[in-house]
Amino acid sequence: MSEFTVIETRKLREVRKGATRKHIINVTVRNEFGVLARIATLIAGKGYNIESLSVGETHEKGISRMTIEIIGDDIVIDQVVKQLRKLIDTIKVRDLTDIPHVERELVLIKVHTPTARARDEVLRITEIFRGKVVDVSQETYTIEVTGDEDKIRAIVELLKPFGIKEMARTGKIAMKRELGWEENPQD
Amino acid sequence: MSRKGADIVIETLIEEGVEYIFGLPGGAIMEVYDALYRMGGIKHILARHEQGAGHMAEGYARATGKVGVAMVTSGPGATNLVTPIADAYMDSVPTVFITGQVPLHLIGNDAFQEVDIIGITRPITKHSFLVKRVEDLPYIIRQAFHIARTGRPGPVVIDLPKDITQQLSDVPIPSREEAISSLIGYKPHLTGNPQQIKKAVKLITEAKKPVLYVGGGAVNAEAQDELLELAELMRIPVTTTTQGKGAFPEDHPLSLRMLGMHGTYYANMAVYNCDLLIAVGARFDDRVTGKVEEFAPNAKIIHIDIDPASISKNIIVDVPIVGDVKIVLNKILEEIKKKGVKILHAKEREEWLEQINKWKKMYPLTYKNSNKVIKPQYVIEQIYEVTRGEAILSAGVGQHQMWAAMFYKFSFPRQFINSGGLGTMGFGLPAGIGAKVGRPDVPVFVIDGDGSFLMTMQEVVTAVHYKIPVKVAIINNGYLGMVRQWQELFYEKRYSEVDLSIQPDFVKLAEACGAVGFRAEKPSEVREILEEAMRIEDRPVIMDFHVDREENVFPMVPAGKSYRDMILEDGKSPDVETMYLVG
Ligand SMILES: Cc1ncc(C[n+]2csc(CCOP(=O)(O)OP(=O)(O)O)c2C)c(N)n1
Ligand SMILES: [Mg+2]
Repeated sequence: MSEFTVIETRKLREVRKGATRKHIINVTVRNEFGVLARIATLIAGKGYNIESLSVGETHEKGISRMTIEIIGDDIVIDQVVKQLRKLIDTIKVRDLTDIPHVERELVLIKVHTPTARARDEVLRITEIFRGKVVDVSQETYTIEVTGDEDKIRAIVELLKPFGIKEMARTGKIAMKRELGWEENPQD
Repeated sequence: MSRKGADIVIETLIEEGVEYIFGLPGGAIMEVYDALYRMGGIKHILARHEQGAGHMAEGYARATGKVGVAMVTSGPGATNLVTPIADAYMDSVPTVFITGQVPLHLIGNDAFQEVDIIGITRPITKHSFLVKRVEDLPYIIRQAFHIARTGRPGPVVIDLPKDITQQLSDVPIPSREEAISSLIGYKPHLTGNPQQIKKAVKLITEAKKPVLYVGGGAVNAEAQDELLELAELMRIPVTTTTQGKGAFPEDHPLSLRMLGMHGTYYANMAVYNCDLLIAVGARFDDRVTGKVEEFAPNAKIIHIDIDPASISKNIIVDVPIVGDVKIVLNKILEEIKKKGVKILHAKEREEWLEQINKWKKMYPLTYKNSNKVIKPQYVIEQIYEVTRGEAILSAGVGQHQMWAAMFYKFSFPRQFINSGGLGTMGFGLPAGIGAKVGRPDVPVFVIDGDGSFLMTMQEVVTAVHYKIPVKVAIINNGYLGMVRQWQELFYEKRYSEVDLSIQPDFVKLAEACGAVGFRAEKPSEVREILEEAMRIEDRPVIMDFHVDREENVFPMVPAGKSYRDMILEDGKSPDVETMYLVG
């Protein structure tokens, strides 16, 4: 006879739920036919939007690097990362979200500047943000700024009252910090 | 030597050891068919529908472990392959699908018979290639086979523009190593982390109530010997999924048979109550776990899998081990033996096995037989007897598939060929044909439903054409039975669009195709027909078994429910007192 007592247990298995937040993921790929489509399909298959995406060549021939920003549940993103690693053409996939890293984005903003006062103000703001005016017309200034997310958000907010006519962003690029500092003194 | 791209395709396939191609030609792939005609060296099975060709390639691969190959033309030929590709993806079947494509300069023009098959199949392939230069051909084909068969196996599509197959090139066929050297990001992790293996061994040694839960990954890795050794050495009962069947012999005293929605009472109770679950090449599918919160709620979990993305996907595990199942099990065995094999709680473990035996006796897999009407389970049991348990079974999808899983005892890997992940009706017959092509030495039975059979029945003609003696047992209940069962249980018997009583005369149909047809309407006729069928070796046999129309598949755990909500044979719930224990 078994000595196990027979009683009803209602113990439940813990089901993991992650926090939902923005993730920034670096993917190094072989620059083969269809690789971008494959990555996009995989992410779309999880029901997520890509917030931003940038792709460019690396110093190595035939190897490109992507930076992808997605908002999602930590656990699902972990799954996405694992599945990205499984793709034949991906070489390295790294979620940088919790790793000290540098991120930058370049933005072009066309601002409505019909008056001398507006032009002065916009110029000053641009200088404070270490941006550049890259195109001028009677009605507009086009400004180029680079920076991290907070900086870009700040300048956009400051320029909004003047009237933003157009805006284009490259999407973030990111790189792990070598020394692992939380903040680089130069920021 | 300069030759056409098409010739390079055949040359490389021969180099890869391909013996059979299942397919159907058309405009865009004609060059390759011409090369096949001129060069020979590979046998071709002309299916009557590309879906059939795809499932045949799968059946061949599932029965042999070799890569299955199907080849079709562009456009409709390619879209007809989509279901088999998805099927192979879901069940990790090593397959290469070659599709013809319009010439490169026409791609994207909505040319005649052009579809973006790479795009269409992107989420259901392990990888795919569009060949853009004839010189790449032998490399791509070799890479496709490498990707299909290694790591977690799966389908690879090669899309082959017609002009590429016509261009001349003197590119030599590279060696495998050379061809795959450019796949720098693809290196399946095989060995398993030694630290994790140590942890696993500790848990295995310490557990009082362990269970091995075995899936298709164990079959793919051919880990049956290691599994048997581990189970016997450490006295661990073993349950398998539909895909894992045969990785552990079901007539073994430690076998719990199948778990999950239509699993045995004792397998599900063992999993519910175990304190250690060792998942081997299994992926915690929802048909297996039911309600996740109540799946093995008291257990620590070790998960061994070649696919890191499978681990902790549906359920958090305590000890994840990424690696080839066979290699990892060997390391675990080594580690156990190094320490001189000890089970810390040997007494409790024997009591655990005793408890399981009680469950086995309390609610065995049974059914109420009848001498008036043929019970579907009886047909399967008779097939088991007539074949002495040695046949390969290929199943359609529905009740009959589950009865096949329950009432045939599988004892060797690759013995039960069925569509687990996708659940594709119409899979059984063509997959059975592919299996028989791959294993001509073993009798192959197709257990089909009257609904499933109709979806790919044209392949009877293929089996006649090539004298492939598959034996098709149609479990004819005149219903889309599995759907009817759900309607009976969960929709108050509102039988919406499931009646199949208008159906062909399957005996005449068989004869019209050049096959042999039999019909049984009484239980007493079943055995005789099966024995007759076993003697026919030169063509397919179609057996039409008119079974009890409203028989249900039990036990059953309703979708999304817990094992506690299991329904047994008579439609009743098991005695709650018997289900749970704490020790
Ligand atoms: C291609 C496809 N269409 C629909 C379904 C949904 N489905 C699952 S089982 C089933 C009934 C199958 O009927 P039959 O082949 O006669 O088998 P039975 O359940 O009667 O044994 C259906 C329609 C499916 N699995 N596959
Ligand atoms: Mg039916």
